[in-house]
Parts: sequence; structure tokens; C-alpha cells
Amino acid sequence: MEQETSAKSFSYFEHDADVGIIGRGETLEEAFESAAAAAFAVMADPRSLRESVEVPLSFTEDDIELALVQWLNALLGAAHERGVVFRRFALSRDGSRWSGRAWGEPWRGDLERGTEVKGATLTMLSVRHTGAARWEARCVIDV
Amino acid sequence: MDLERLEQTGPWAWRVKREPGAPASETRAEAVLYGDAGLLRSMDDKVLEQITNVARLPGLVGPALAMPDAHWGYGFPIGGVAAFDPEQGGIISAGGVGFDISCGIRCLRTNLASEQLAHLAPRLADSLYRDIPAGVGVEGELRLSIAELDAVLAGGARWAVRRGYGEEAELEYVEERGCVAGAHPENVSQLAKKRQRGEMGTLGSGNHYLEVQVVERIDDAAAAAAYGLSAGQILVSIHCGSRGLGHQIGTEFLVSLAKAAGRLGIALPDRELACAPVRSPEGEQYIGAMNAAINCALANRQILAHLTRRTFAHFFPDARVETLFDVSHNTCKPERHDVGRKSRLLWVHRKGATRAFAPGHPDIPERYRNVGQPVIIGGSMGTGSYVLAGVNSSEARAWSSASHGAGRAMSRHQALRQWQGRQLVDSLRERGILIRARSMRGVAEEAPGAYKDVDRVAEATEGAGLARRVAFLRPLVCVKG
Repeated sequence: MEQETSAKSFSYFEHDADVGIIGRGETLEEAFESAAAAAFAVMADPRSLRESVEVPLSFTEDDIELALVQWLNALLGAAHERGVVFRRFALSRDGSRWSGRAWGEPWRGDLERGTEVKGATLTMLSVRHTGAARWEARCVIDV
Repeated sequence: MDLERLEQTGPWAWRVKREPGAPASETRAEAVLYGDAGLLRSMDDKVLEQITNVARLPGLVGPALAMPDAHWGYGFPIGGVAAFDPEQGGIISAGGVGFDISCGIRCLRTNLASEQLAHLAPRLADSLYRDIPAGVGVEGELRLSIAELDAVLAGGARWAVRRGYGEEAELEYVEERGCVAGAHPENVSQLAKKRQRGEMGTLGSGNHYLEVQVVERIDDAAAAAAYGLSAGQILVSIHCGSRGLGHQIGTEFLVSLAKAAGRLGIALPDRELACAPVRSPEGEQYIGAMNAAINCALANRQILAHLTRRTFAHFFPDARVETLFDVSHNTCKPERHDVGRKSRLLWVHRKGATRAFAPGHPDIPERYRNVGQPVIIGGSMGTGSYVLAGVNSSEARAWSSASHGAGRAMSRHQALRQWQGRQLVDSLRERGILIRARSMRGVAEEAPGAYKDVDRVAEATEGAGLARRVAFLRPLVCVKG
């Protein structure tokens, strides 16, 4: 299963109980944005979502692998707290300070629901520069 | 799994062979897997890697153990059991408990027979689907303040009963009598509490379910009599956990304990095994939060049990819907166990595994004490589930633990490639099983064929001396998120 959004893309890898996600992009930040898109696409089809809600979030993290987990979990926490589901993401970084935004909408009755994502784990966690202008971020998410 | 890496030590027990050239520091690390050759061969090699990693954690007592339903998890395998001695630097691991802290099964027995249900089953299924909040993004009928949530985290199922959800007497049949000691709501973040404000009394999604079942077969008449079970009787099983609060606690402590490990002098074989000594500020902080999440889960299942009872009362005003038992299977608890000839206080992690106390254990309700603790192996929506009873041999073999489910045999994406939700719902209806689900994708991911054969798991659980089969339950109605 592969989804393309301009230069960014996401896909999934096999895991017995949960779901492995892979986000790709030209930059580290884009790869993280793609990983977020992969995680939220497990819960709802992004093509059916509107962007009526915008949520800012930030965190501090030195370790870029743990930053992926922090980013995904910050998004999941914000979404579940507000009862919304996100479809688009933006992330920027200044040293160890990360600032992001997510756009989506509150859950509505006619949305086809997927499976709830409980959190991002450290299993199969990796963030790699895979070539010129090519980054890949992956981990297993618990569903 | 490559069986060449295992040494069979009994008909149902396998020990992981030591790798040639393994460092002397790892000579004490031992891991044991239970099951037959077929079950083990079907497990991913990652199960072996994960249980071997668990065996390297500080303060482990005895081997790290994998139950017959084990499958690849994160940190611990699902179906992993490990006991640690705090007096020997033993640890508590957030990855050994998991994100859905105290996920478990509440099993309700009724005084209804399957014939009474037959013509009403479709309407009952519709009503349960309407009355039981389920699915991602679905909230419950309660909206709690942070102060009220603190009371939930301190009081567990007792809080729910005080709020009118059920009867005091049924708490006898809930682990910890409905409320675990040592909960510290102040150790739980505000975000975790905010996530839970609308989620009390909700089922969730994924492998969570509410299932109406019929007792199809009795395997142990004496234990069945003690549990109040008879052939043809209607039961209800509710599988869910601590919802967003537990997920958030797991999330936060996984990262903070992974970062703390180096400072605490713990070399983690896998960062997902993030842990801290039980006797450390970091460990104590997590234990207080984990216990709060256990109480959250106990309260959640208490509310859902009451909502179920209310729906049944609409169709069957004279029905008795009582708690048979409530077991958790993602926990770490302090328990006294015999090690050699000494009784020691150990912290027992069960990640996707169930407590299975033997007959006579003081924590078993008096009504069941002579036959052992009820153990529930929840199967898939198309096959069935088992009620088992704790046995004496499980204490020496697995710290009185047993399997918790059928265990996945393939990934969710493999399942999505093989099945379509709507077709599964139709084919199960033809077999007399009514599915009500908000997510057809979720139904496909949970296809019966995506799970191991529950009969073999239950047989292996009994063969390995972990618990003995009491009754087989066939599904009639399954409500999923």
C-alpha cells in the first residue's frame, strides 16, 4: 500500500499485531510529515477529510529517532484530546526545538472509520538519510 | 520460527539454545516457549528475538516465558511473561506492560438459554451496537472533569459501582476486588486525563469487542459447576482496556524510561524494553501511573458491563446478568511466588498473558477457590473462546500465567489483502454469527483466518500445564469498533 503526495510518500511494512509505517521526503521534516500521514490514514481515509481545524504543537528532542516518536505521539495526543482526525501536517526544526501544525476535522458520523492508533512505539524505529534529498522515517505504531 | 534454535525440554516446552560464543554475562539468560511444534513454527522469528531480549533484563528470576499464543509485539512479545526481584535490582518495564494498560476481558454469565435468544438475536445485536460506544473517535455517555477522573484512577471499578454502574457484590469477581492499590493519579499527565474525559465506558477498536456467546461444550464439569456454567447458556465477553489514558501513559513513560536507562546503568537490548528498577524514583513514578491506568480499565469494563446489562434487561426483564470474572492481560503486579523453597515478592510482567492462580490461592473468590481462577482465552469473532481454570503446575512453569487469546497469525495488512469486511460479515451471518461494526476495514483486519487456531492454543495451554479447559464458547453476536 503506497500513497503519494507530491515529493512525499508513505507506505507500510508488516508487523504481526500492529502496523509498521514508513514516511519519506526530501528532508527529515518531510519524512516525519509523511510518517504522520501514514499513521492517521490507518484511522480514516485522508481523501474524505476536510480541514476545518488547525492545531499547533511543539516539543524539544535532541535524538532524531526519538523525535519521530515524540512527533507522532504529540499528534495522536492532540487529536484524541480534541476528538479530531488530521489529514495534513507541517513540521519545522530549529536545533532540538520542533514546531508543527496539523489540519483536519472533528469526527463526524458519516466518516468511514478505520482502526484507532494508540501510540508510536520504539520498535523498528529508524530515521535515515537514504540518498540525495531522500529521507526515510519508520516505526511500528500500536493499534 | 526456526525450531533449530530451540531445544525441546518436554512435550509442550522449548528452551532457547544459547548462541555459540555468547558472552559469559549472558549465561544466566534463559527463555522458554510453550506450545507444540506447529504453533512455534508458525511464530515469527521476532518472538524468539524479543523473548531473548527480555531474558537479558536486570533482576530476572527464572526464565523469560512465551505463552502458546505468543506473537511479535513491541519490546516484549505479546504472550510474554517475566518476573523480576526488586531486591536484586529487578526492573519494571513500560514496554513489558504495553500501551493498552490492563486491557482484559470481563465475562458475564446469564441465566438465559440460547433458544431464548434465537429469534431476538438481530434486534439484540442492533441494540448492543447502539448502546455500547465503540470505534475510533467515539465517546461515551460520561464526560468527566479532571477531579472526577482522579477519583476513577484511585477507585477503579469501585468508583463505577458508587456511580450506579453495577453492584458491590460483583466486585468480588474482579481482579483486585475492582481496585488495585498503589495508584497515584498525580503521576498521570494532564494530557492523559484530558484524553480520557469522554472515553469512560467505551470499547475502542482494533481487537476489542463485545461478544454474546453460547456455552457449546463443557470440558470440566466440576469447574463449570463452580463457575455457574452449563451447556447452552448465554455469556457475554467484553474485551477492552484503559483507553486513551493508558495509551498516553504508555507513550510518555516509554520515551522517558528509554532515556533514563543509560543514566540508571541499564543496557537495553532493545529500546522498546524501556525500564527502571522497581526501587527507583523513575520506577516508582511509572508504577503509580500504571496502577492508575489499571483502575481506569477496571472502571471502564465495569461501566460497559452495566450498559450491557441494561440492554439485556430491555429484551429480558427477568434476566440475571452476573460477572463471572474480570481478568487483565497487560499488567505488572507484585505477587508472592515460590522460588526454590522460599516465598519471594516478585514483579510479574504479563504482556498479553493472563494470571492463572491455582486452586486454593487466597486471591481467588471463595466460590471458585477449590477449582482455580477463571482464565479466559478470547478467540476470533468466527471461531470461539475458552474458559479455563488455573492449575497447580502453572506456578512452577509460568508464575501462574496462561494464554490470553488466539494470537495473531498474520499482519493486519496481509489480512486486508485477503479479506473484505462486508463479505466476512455476510459469510459469518450465514454461520449464525451476527457482526455489528463501525469499520469494515477493522472487520477485515480481524478476520478469523488472521488468527491462530484457538483450539490448538487452548490445547497447548492445557498440555503445557498452564491452565485446564473448562468450557468452549461459540460466538453469536459480535460488536466491534
